[in-house]
Amino acid sequence: MTEKIKFVQGNEACVEGALYAGVDFFAGYPITPSTEIAEVLSKRLPEKGGKFIQMEDEIASMCAIIGASLTGHKVMTATSGPGFSLKQEALGYACMAEIPCVIVNVQRGGPSTGNPTHVSQGDINQARWGTHGDHSIIALTASNHQDVFAMTVDAFNLAETYRTPVVLLFDEAVGHMREKLIVPEAGEIARVDRLRTSLGKGVDYHPYLPREDGRLPMSDFGGDHRYNVTGLFHDMWGFPSNNPKVVSGLLHHLNDKIENNVHNITRYKEHFMDDAEYILISYGSSARSAIHIATNRRARGEKMGVLELQSLWPFPEAMIREKCANAKAVLVVEMNMGQVMRHVKAAVDRPENVFLVNRIDGKLITPTDIKSLLRVIQGRGV
Amino acid sequence: MSVKEYIRERYFPHMWCPGCGHGTILNSLLHAVDQLQLDKKDLVMTSGIGCSARISGYVDFHSLHTIHGRALAFATGVKLSKPELKLIVPMGDGDALAIGGNHFIHAARRNIDITAIVMNNRIYGMTGGQFSPLSGAGKKATTAPYSTIDSAFDVVKLATAAGASFVARSTAYHVLETIDILKKAINHKGFSVVEILSQCPTHYGRKNKEGNASQMLKFQKDTTAKIGSKALEKNPLLIPRGIFVDNDVPEYCQAYDEVIERAMKGRKA
Ligand SMILES: Cc1ncc(C[n+]2csc(CCOP(=O)(O)OP(=O)(O)O)c2C)c(N)n1
Ligand code: SF4
Repeated sequence: MTEKIKFVQGNEACVEGALYAGVDFFAGYPITPSTEIAEVLSKRLPEKGGKFIQMEDEIASMCAIIGASLTGHKVMTATSGPGFSLKQEALGYACMAEIPCVIVNVQRGGPSTGNPTHVSQGDINQARWGTHGDHSIIALTASNHQDVFAMTVDAFNLAETYRTPVVLLFDEAVGHMREKLIVPEAGEIARVDRLRTSLGKGVDYHPYLPREDGRLPMSDFGGDHRYNVTGLFHDMWGFPSNNPKVVSGLLHHLNDKIENNVHNITRYKEHFMDDAEYILISYGSSARSAIHIATNRRARGEKMGVLELQSLWPFPEAMIREKCANAKAVLVVEMNMGQVMRHVKAAVDRPENVFLVNRIDGKLITPTDIKSLLRVIQGRGV
Repeated sequence: MSVKEYIRERYFPHMWCPGCGHGTILNSLLHAVDQLQLDKKDLVMTSGIGCSARISGYVDFHSLHTIHGRALAFATGVKLSKPELKLIVPMGDGDALAIGGNHFIHAARRNIDITAIVMNNRIYGMTGGQFSPLSGAGKKATTAPYSTIDSAFDVVKLATAAGASFVARSTAYHVLETIDILKKAINHKGFSVVEILSQCPTHYGRKNKEGNASQMLKFQKDTTAKIGSKALEKNPLLIPRGIFVDNDVPEYCQAYDEVIERAMKGRKA
């Protein structure tokens, strides 16, 4: 057995996943609780000939990775709330110009400087709508280090497949806690590499003309094809246009390429979900408490299960509706004021049966927090 | 090659107003690139947002038209990830030194091999004539109906203090000087800053009663003088033109190659 077994922080598991996926350029700016990602990559990247740069702020970091992606590299940046806010304009640029890149947000308490060292899941909606204008985005999350690794690899794969920024929404508890990680052998998890145009020199290349399957082959800066990249609405050559047809066509394309593939992008895990009457929907470190409760209740014969979300955007609405069709009650367990709960309510047939178990005080949701609400719902008193 | 080979003719006519200095700067840049016989394949232009920034659409380079103020940060990513490329980054004065001021000084500090061109018309042209950090005090702008009270940056001094290893100034009027300076700046290994005074007759000229484009160009001629010239000696209030800094300092991407070497050695040991 040549598997590498490690005992690491979640942030390090993210680095391992990124390296496995082939990251070779990172730009960042220190911020708790994400800093270890930058620190470890500053050591690991040059060891394999990759590049690490500490920029002057998070805006510059986001811009730098977009530039590096265009030369054909797999790129990433990592931050937390305040830095994620700063990145939003450039993130929208990456959506518009269709540049593959991965942005990690290890969430801490907000708004503002909030609670730098405490856990939160308060940036779920920001990941969706933080940048202006209609756009679509992919966001993934994980509750344990093996999944942090897998979701990070996935994030790079999805970024390449859909030519889009992908956000990894971890949280402080997952980022900082230590647990076992098994790094798979190379090739065990599939890797999607850059789809480059097969058109040779002298043949007209259209950077924004999708193939039949909807994918857009790229051409590296420095290669045979010279083209324009812009954040303005643009035609298939990348040249600015305000032709109404071009504008609406591009906006539809940017949204459709993700929303129409929600079934391909959706990632989740089921814990004791067969015949479950009480369903806990959760993600990230909150899901660990939900799984703990469900494990105990199942042992007592109660029909309780956990639907653990690993992709948050595009929202897996159809999957949730189907899984919750026969539930007596759905409890959404999260560390914010109901950011995912609202979408679950909109997804299910009986929204009146959806309840929120949350904490917003910088402390982890405990099994007791979940139990208290369950008692009320199950009619066992307060 | 001819200068025409370096442009994308199908994207013309350009969007600049008649008499705008930005077109002249594009012309000088194309001549510089042509005289250096650079391969278009190796040229990348990144720009931000502004009338000036639209320059990147017109050149037949790899072109990256980005967001306001951040062109140098994008360029840093392109350059560090593929150091064999030549990066040219034209910016407006607002783009480079208001919203982009932080990136400007840090790119200079790193001495990364990028040619930054500040197309300084002392005004926000694209948004319709608001004052910029280079307008200086006592100027009229749509956001300064009672005249500006803000003083201006001196781009040359700022770039020098921040660590740029090549710093120069020219004007839209002095085309031949500009071509010569741009050639040196592009060939320079390190961060080079070329400030080129430009004219915006549409907003700055009109608001500040500096007349039409030709009068504004004459103003550039009359208010500037070459470094070391008699004119400058006689009248130190004139704005100096020429090359102020040309230093041989370790370049960022080369320095990073040494980081890679150290990291790889450490790994083997
Ligand atoms: C974040 C952001 N803020 C403001 C603007 C609006 N804006 C566009 S161009 C510009 C200033 C342009 O002035 P300058 O950079 O000097 O270039 P010029 O148009 O004069 O060539 C501004 C403020 C913007 N596009 N983005
Ligand atoms: S508004 Fe001013 S800067 Fe813009 S194109 Fe017209 S003259 Fe040039």
